[in-house]
Amino acid sequence: MKDVLVYIELIEDGVRPSSREAVSAGREIASATGGSVIALIASGEPVGVPTLDGVDRIIHVTHPALGAYTAEAHAAVLADMIAKLDPAAVMLAYTTAGLDLASAVAVTASLPLVAYCTDVTVADGALTTTSQMYGGRLEAVVRAPLPVVVSIMPGAFPEAVTTGASPEIIVQDAPKSLDALRSVFVDEQRPARGSFDLSLAERIVCIGRGIGAADSIAVARELADALNAEIAGSRPVIDQGWLEKERQVGKSGRLVKPRLYIGLGVSGAPEHLEGMRSSDLIIAVNSDAAAPIFTVAHYAAVCDMFDLVPALIERLKAGTP
Amino acid sequence: MHIMVVLRLVADLGGDIEIAHGGKDIDREWVDLKLNEFDDHALEEAIFLKEIVGAKVTAIMIDGDGVERSLQTALARGADEARRIAVDDTDGPISSRAMTPVVAAAAAELGADLVLTGVQSPEDIFGQLAPSLGAVLGWPQASAVSSVKPDDGSTITVQQEYSGGVSAAIRLPLPAVLGVQTASRPIRYVTGSKLRQAMAEEIPRIEATAAVAMPDVEIVELRVPDEAGGAVMLDGDADAIADEILRLLADRALLQVC
Ligand SMILES: Cc1cc2nc3c(=O)[nH]c(=O)nc-3n(C[C@H](O)[C@H](O)[C@H](O)COP(=O)(O)OP(=O)(O)OC[C@H]3O[C@@H](n4cnc5c(N)ncnc54)[C@H](O)[C@@H]3O)c2cc1C
Repeated sequence: MKDVLVYIELIEDGVRPSSREAVSAGREIASATGGSVIALIASGEPVGVPTLDGVDRIIHVTHPALGAYTAEAHAAVLADMIAKLDPAAVMLAYTTAGLDLASAVAVTASLPLVAYCTDVTVADGALTTTSQMYGGRLEAVVRAPLPVVVSIMPGAFPEAVTTGASPEIIVQDAPKSLDALRSVFVDEQRPARGSFDLSLAERIVCIGRGIGAADSIAVARELADALNAEIAGSRPVIDQGWLEKERQVGKSGRLVKPRLYIGLGVSGAPEHLEGMRSSDLIIAVNSDAAAPIFTVAHYAAVCDMFDLVPALIERLKAGTP
Repeated sequence: MHIMVVLRLVADLGGDIEIAHGGKDIDREWVDLKLNEFDDHALEEAIFLKEIVGAKVTAIMIDGDGVERSLQTALARGADEARRIAVDDTDGPISSRAMTPVVAAAAAELGADLVLTGVQSPEDIFGQLAPSLGAVLGWPQASAVSSVKPDDGSTITVQQEYSGGVSAAIRLPLPAVLGVQTASRPIRYVTGSKLRQAMAEEIPRIEATAAVAMPDVEIVELRVPDEAGGAVMLDGDADAIADEILRLLADRALLQVC
C-alpha cells in the first residue's frame, strides 16, 4: 500500500488536461509514501497508449464496453484495479467522469474520499487536503487516513512533466463484469462543425444570475453590442432559457480565453472559473465584495450592475473614453 | 415508475460568513437554510416525469430544522408523498456520504425504482450522494444529467453532460440513480392556495433503518479563502467606475471595432 493510482480520461486528441494535473497531485503523494505513480487507461480498442508524462507505469485495460464512456463500465474497471493494487491513494479529476466514479469506487472499496482538492500533502500516514466548499466561498482543511480516494479541482495543480524514463505499459484483462453491463451508451452530441463557437470570441460580456430576469438581458446585450463583444452566461442563465446553451461559459459549457471578459453578476463558482480564468483581461462586477470571481479578476468593481451598465453604454455610444 | 427524490437543505451564505467557535464549521446559529439548488432541479425533473408518464413521486429528507416546510413545498409542487427520516442525534449536518446507507435503505423500503437527487451539494466534500447511492444499492447511475426520458417503462434514457458542449445519451435499466444537474424545464414555483393547502399537511416521520456511516475523515479547519487575489479594485460611484473601465479598454486597444 504505497503506490498511487490515477484514473486517466481520454479525449479526442489524447489525455484530458485535468488528468495530467491529477498525475502531478498523485506524484506529491507518491513521493511521501515512497511508491510509484500508476496510470489507469481504459479504452475500447487496443489503441496506442497516449503519451503521459510523470507516471512510472501505465496499466491499459481494453474492452469494447470501455470505448464510449459509461459510469458503470469505468467504475467496474477502476474498482477492480483498486482491489488488485491496494494503492495508498486513488486520484481523479473533478469532471463528469470524476463525479460518477470517485464516490462510487470509494463506497465499493470502503475507502474515505476527499473531493474538490486544491492542495494535497501526506505526513504520518495521513493525507491533508485543502478542499473547496460553497462555490469557492469557503475552504476546508481535511485530514483523511490512507488509503483514500482523492478528487482534485481542475486548474489547481500543474500538468505533470516528464520524469525522463518512459513508463512501462502493462496490458491487463478487463473484469468479467464488463460482459454483463446494464448501462448502454446510445449516442453522443457535439457542437456542429462551423456552428457558433464562443471559445473563438475575442471579447465576452458574461452575465450571471445577478441579471435577475429575462427582461434585463436586453441591457447587457446592448453593452455587448457597443463593445463588439459576444454575450455569454453562467449556467443558471442558460438553465433559465435566457441565453442559448452554446453561450454557456464553464465546466459544462465552453472554455474561453478572450482578450476581454466582463462578468456581470457572476459569483465565480469553481465550475465557472474553470472556463474563463485564463482570459487576458478579466473585469468583474458584483454587488458582493466577497464574490469568489474577484480572486481571478484583474479589475473588480463592487457595485450594482444596473447602475454601472447604463453608464458604460452611455460612454461607449458617445464614442469618447 | 416510483421516483424517490432526495432533498437536502444547505446554508444560505450571506455576505458575511461567520466561522463557528472551534474553527471547523460555519456558525449555523444565524444562517438561513435553503434547498440545495441541484436537488431543486431533481424535484422538478421528477414532477416533469410524473406529468409525462404518470410516475409516483415521493420526496424524502433527513429530518431537521426546516425540513417539514421544504417537504410541504415539494407536495405543493406536485410530489405525491413525502417522508422525514429520523436519524440518531448527530452533531451538525450529516454529510452526503454519511447519509448514503440511510437513504439507500429508504429507497428499498419505499420500493422506489428511480432515485433522483442533485448532482452536488455545496458541502459534499466527502463524496457526492448519487454515485454513492448507486454503489450501495448496486444500481446503475449517472451524474451531471440534464434530461431524463422514459423509454418503454423498464428503461430510461438520460442526457449526460461533459465539457466543451459535448453530451451523450445513456440508456439505463430501472432501478437506477441519477445525479441531476438541470431539469428538462425551468423550475416552476408554486404560489398561494396550493402552497397554503400543503402547509396544512403533516409530513410522516419515519425512523431510519440503517445507521449513518461516517468514514474516517474530518474537517480540521474551515476558513474563508484569501480574498481579491490581486484584483485592482475600481472605486467610486458607477460613473467613476465606468470612466475607469473605459480608460482600461482604451489603453488595451479594446475599444476599436474589429
Ligand atoms: C458538474 C457541474 C458543472 C457546472 N458547470 C457550470 C458551467 O459550465 N458554468 C457555470 O457558470 N456554472 C456551472 N455550474 C454551476 C456552478 O456551480 C454555479 O452554480 C454557477 O456558476 C453560479 O452561477 P452565477 O454566478 O450566475 O449565480 P450565483 O452564484 O447565484 O451568483 C449571482 C451573483 O450575482 C451577484 N449579484 C446579484 N445582483 C447583482 C447586481 N444587481 N449587480 C451585481 N451583482 C449582482 C450576487 O452577489 C452573486 O454573486 C456547474 C455545476 C456543477 C455541479
